[in-house]
Amino acid sequence: MPTSTAKIEELVSREYQHGFYTPIEEETLPPGLNEDIVRLISAKKNEPAWLTEWRLKAYRHWLTMKEPTWQNVRYQPIDYNAIHYYSAPKMKSRPKSLDEVDPELLRTYEKLGIPLREQELLAGVAVDAVFDSVSVATTFKEKLAEHGVIFCSFSEAVQNYPDLVRQYLGTVVPYNDNFFAALNSAVFSDGSFCYVPKGVRCPMELSTYFRINAAKTGQFERTLIIADEGAYVSYLEGCTAPMRDENQLHAAVVELVALEGAEIKYSTVQNWYPGDKEGRGGIYNFVTKRGICLGRGSKISWTQIETGSAITWKYPSVILRGDDSVGEFYSVALTNHYQQADTGTKMIHLGRNTRSTILSKAISAGHGQNSYRGLVKVMRGAEHARNYTQCDSLLIGDRCGAHTFPYMEVRNSTAIVEHEATTSKISEEQLFYCQSRGILLEDAVSMIVSGFCRQVFQELPMEFAVEAHKLMGVSLEGAIG
Amino acid sequence: MSMSKQPLLEIRNLHVSVDGTPILRGIDLLIHRGEVHAIMGPNGSGKSTLCYVLAGREGYTVTKGQVLYEGRNLLEMSPEERAHAGLFLAFQYPVEIPGVGNMYFLRTALNAIRKHRGLEPIDAMDFLQLVREKAKLVGIDERLLKRSVNEGFSGGEKKRNEVLQMAILEPTLAILDETDSGLDIDALRIVADGVNALRNEQHAVLAITHYQRLLEYLVPDYVHVLVGGQIVRSGGPELAAELERRGYADLEPQATATLQ
Ligand SMILES: Nc1ncnc2c1ncn2[C@@H]1O[C@H](COP(=O)(O)OP(=O)(O)OP(=O)(O)O)[C@@H](O)[C@H]1O
Ligand SMILES: [Mg+2]
Repeated sequence: MPTSTAKIEELVSREYQHGFYTPIEEETLPPGLNEDIVRLISAKKNEPAWLTEWRLKAYRHWLTMKEPTWQNVRYQPIDYNAIHYYSAPKMKSRPKSLDEVDPELLRTYEKLGIPLREQELLAGVAVDAVFDSVSVATTFKEKLAEHGVIFCSFSEAVQNYPDLVRQYLGTVVPYNDNFFAALNSAVFSDGSFCYVPKGVRCPMELSTYFRINAAKTGQFERTLIIADEGAYVSYLEGCTAPMRDENQLHAAVVELVALEGAEIKYSTVQNWYPGDKEGRGGIYNFVTKRGICLGRGSKISWTQIETGSAITWKYPSVILRGDDSVGEFYSVALTNHYQQADTGTKMIHLGRNTRSTILSKAISAGHGQNSYRGLVKVMRGAEHARNYTQCDSLLIGDRCGAHTFPYMEVRNSTAIVEHEATTSKISEEQLFYCQSRGILLEDAVSMIVSGFCRQVFQELPMEFAVEAHKLMGVSLEGAIG
Repeated sequence: MSMSKQPLLEIRNLHVSVDGTPILRGIDLLIHRGEVHAIMGPNGSGKSTLCYVLAGREGYTVTKGQVLYEGRNLLEMSPEERAHAGLFLAFQYPVEIPGVGNMYFLRTALNAIRKHRGLEPIDAMDFLQLVREKAKLVGIDERLLKRSVNEGFSGGEKKRNEVLQMAILEPTLAILDETDSGLDIDALRIVADGVNALRNEQHAVLAITHYQRLLEYLVPDYVHVLVGGQIVRSGGPELAAELERRGYADLEPQATATLQ
């Protein structure tokens, strides 16, 4: 099927839609990293001493660490002294309302399809907009406050809710967890913070939209979400960046804490600039995301649609400490051209009757390389723990690759751990069947890919499902027929 | 038959190879609107190959001959264009498409064809009504409509699903590749009904079958016998009965294929 392979490859290689740059005056710290830079970032944010100390501890530990090499990706060594660790649009002070926000910034988000004026927003979604190193706006704050929900930038949380931040920061991803988490702990600049009080069902979807704009700048955001007893929150995250020939580093940390009976649903549509067709440029997306089900009967669910970035290295994980707690990981990762993804999850079962589900869908096209890497660990006390893992790979063309690295450590004999994996090629037979019914080849490809991802798309909140389908060149109906 | 009328399908001395192996070796066939043709023939004689070539599947190389559809060169058209022009193939082995809803698939197909005919996409409610009506006609359980295309369908259910698609898309030329195989008696009648519903001055049917049984319900105007990649005999419905009695044994491929 040589002709249709070529056609299919052409179809999946769409141009990047969000590659523009916003010419805006930014304040950028000189490149390179040392204790002074760490102190300077902390000072810019007017942080309490304990936090400055925490950053320094992380920085000193980072100096002793080596960049990981076990992942199945290849890239040129990163020069950590060439990176700017802080870049922020110039503002007199943090704007109190949208009227004080630079209109250029508002236009940027509009162009990205994220209007920040509340009357224009999707009803039911509150947005925190992070531009390079800082949060520029958070919408619907007052409405959320009526329900006792705190949703603000991380910097604000440090000022206004220092006790909550101090109580939970680093409890899920310690500052010395891994190379990139340590780096993030030292230099993180902003991100989102959310606290949902006892028994409250957050009345709207919360979302953060990350935008990298400045050149040669790393983005190191930190997100912390706490759902108190019986609370529920659904959180969405989106990301884009300009097209550039050099690679840019994005090393974020996300920590989720679910107390007894609480539920956190965290969804990501990751569309960082993936680099060009020859593999030049693109974001290195080296991210540590982890949640802990602290309380009994709590639940954390990760859903990710990873279509962007030159390299993706992320393993959103769940520590199932509370008895009867539930962890879920639903993933679609698409690699095209020279993109590489090494992604998966870790499910750590500590409590009794803990359950986890892993569903990974990997699509590779062009020279894309896609690896699933997942760990299921059942500790001695996790009586009757259960895990079900399913990893499916779909290959488009014959120059791409799909790999699966499942790890299992089971220390309790009552546990049941199941793993299934499949690899398939987009089949000429399926395409021809669709075409013979009058469906155009490009729609047929979308339809088949979308069908392949259906179970994961179903986990997304409606607004994001639309976005995800568009991203994959797929109409929404394709998956929900 | 009036010779002045333009044939719907005109196959002239068609030779087709697959991976360098000649499979069809000089097929001639004329089909006019309003006619029902049946092709019978032993396993491996090239019946499905003929179907695939007509529907435009890749990997089938036409080495000689031509095919005209409504006077146009069919072989130059993409599979989609052929479908838009009213050609439909009910597959001998219908394909499963995991995760794609049967209803959605049907609607996408119908709208693609409607678009070609200059019609608006069908309204969701109208479509639902249309599908319900046709599903009842072909005896398809509504639950099958909610599942993924052919996924986990039984052999017979897959065949019925092909007939449902045909009933909804209303093709000008319907090609049925052994749609009767693996069907129970009731379903057989349904296939025949589906075909007979298309039986009017506008449409034509080419039905591949191994069994005379189908042809009792669906009395063809012409029966052709395909052996070794050639049509070795053509006749009326009585030919099917004869084949049923005597088999294909004394029919050898030859250079001259008789046409009416
Ligand atoms: N790739 C291939 N290379 C060589 N020969 C092939 C290839 N594909 C099909 N054939 C042969 O072509 C011949 C015709 O096959 P076809 O499927 O058209 O037969 P058929 O008449 O439909 O048979 P049946 O009644 O069993 O459905 C068979 O002998 C088959 O083995
Ligand atoms: Mg056949």
